[in-house]
Amino acid sequence: MSEADLAGLANPKSPIVEITDLTMRFRHQTVLRDITLQINAGQTLCVIGESGCGKTVLLKLMIGLLRPTRGVVKFDGRDLSKLSEHELTMTRLRFGFLFQMAALFDSLSIYDNVAFGPREHNLYDEATLKKIVTERLQEVGLPDGLEHKKPAELSGGQRKRVGMARALALDPEVMLYDEPTTGLDPIMSDVINELILQTAQTKKATGIVVTHDMKTVLKVADRVVMFYPLARLREDESQILYDGPPEGLEGHPDSRVRQFVQGEAGERLREMAQNRANG
Amino acid sequence: MAVAAPQAQDSATHVTPVHRVGEQVFDIVADIGDVAMFSALTFSWLFRRRPRWSTLVPSMYAIGVSSVPVVAITGTFIGMVLAVQAHSQFALMGLATRLGSVINISLVKELGPVLAATMLAGRVGSAMSAELGTMRVTEQIDALSALGTNPINYLVVPRFLGCFLLIPLLTLMADFMGVIGGAVVSTQLLGVDSFAYWQHSRNYVGGMDLFAGVFKSFFFGAAIALISCHRGFHSRAGAEGVGRAATEAFVYSFIAILFLDLTIGIAWNAMYRTIWPQSAGLL
Repeated sequence: MSEADLAGLANPKSPIVEITDLTMRFRHQTVLRDITLQINAGQTLCVIGESGCGKTVLLKLMIGLLRPTRGVVKFDGRDLSKLSEHELTMTRLRFGFLFQMAALFDSLSIYDNVAFGPREHNLYDEATLKKIVTERLQEVGLPDGLEHKKPAELSGGQRKRVGMARALALDPEVMLYDEPTTGLDPIMSDVINELILQTAQTKKATGIVVTHDMKTVLKVADRVVMFYPLARLREDESQILYDGPPEGLEGHPDSRVRQFVQGEAGERLREMAQNRANG
Repeated sequence: MAVAAPQAQDSATHVTPVHRVGEQVFDIVADIGDVAMFSALTFSWLFRRRPRWSTLVPSMYAIGVSSVPVVAITGTFIGMVLAVQAHSQFALMGLATRLGSVINISLVKELGPVLAATMLAGRVGSAMSAELGTMRVTEQIDALSALGTNPINYLVVPRFLGCFLLIPLLTLMADFMGVIGGAVVSTQLLGVDSFAYWQHSRNYVGGMDLFAGVFKSFFFGAAIALISCHRGFHSRAGAEGVGRAATEAFVYSFIAILFLDLTIGIAWNAMYRTIWPQSAGLL
């Protein structure tokens, strides 16, 4: 990677990610509709909402893994759809992505997984890379001796932490977390939440966390955005039901927001009864 | 606040049989275009970045070395079965000594290449598709992109090279084992004179026949790799999706092998007869 590629760190005063009128459609199903969102550098944003409302799709659009049907996604002022393949690759290296199931490469050892990004882009010599991998694994609290194991030999929490170490190995400016605590026990969930906080504080990285877990939201978020599934919305309603600080969620006037925060089935029970009655 | 009435899905608007047929046609055209794009990207990455040894060597081992036993066994049995089936007919006409030419020409021109390719599609193509499908479903392919690595370059190019470069060797292995199997059964079990058997083989089977089979195998290898990797990359979620991708990889590869066998044969024979009008054709 050239120095020119590495240069151009985001200006903390301007939005690092800007999404304008974003619509995403898969065949017959529209998942995101006219989403406009700005995320400032250094902020930790939690995106909440029911399953299927497009949260993960939003993350993938931000890093250019999907192309929007309509609308613009800008990173550091540059429209992702107008970048060349090389520029898009260089832009992706400024992101770290913790996938829902960690997405570790099965065929590689833990060491090779964490070293993958820097090694692919020839960023360091092997000695420096070894030091970086060891540091990153220590930062996420993994014990020594794990480096030579395969992902299948680790627990769910360990896999998530290796995924985080792999994402941090490239020193990203923006960390994307896709349901980081899903499938983990409460203690391990809190460990992951602490690591998200630690990353935001020590690395000064912008964080975008997609989650259902209100504990995560209350612990790590500076700002919360709540999406609602389009199938349950009227045409004239915005898909974003809430955008504000986490404190504003409790006691929000919209019952749909309150129900999500409190984990209540609400009208769904009535719908289920109606579906049963209709056969 | 009252629950909003569910928004009508776009698909709910009067879907007639004509819509469905149109949609199927559109999907088929889109699929063909997608395979073409996938192939073009694979070819472009072949020349843009040298594949890493760390991915090329394991791919070549899995595709080539691990396939040797199954290809050898299949080739041997096909040679032996050919001998058994053809012997009774040829013996009735007093042409048993000609068995060598029939068995060996069939093996090197058709059965060797097609069988080696079929075994490769079944053993390696399905496995590649299932492996890549699992990587797709578990977001490992997305993770590669997120880490700035092109998945086609990293995953498809080594597999393509493995299939393309090693299938000719597997074809030669199938040919060789088939020839041995056919000869052993003919001369040791069926009592055909050994000298006559090999003499007729030598008269009818030439280097160009061997070349014809090996030449075709390059196309078979390329088709198996591209189809299997494409199906894996487009696998649907879940165990069923990955299973379906593996099945489709084999079925589509097998159809492609038969189609290529026919079209290459016709095209090459036409060209050969244009150059040498008295010839029987090459493929």
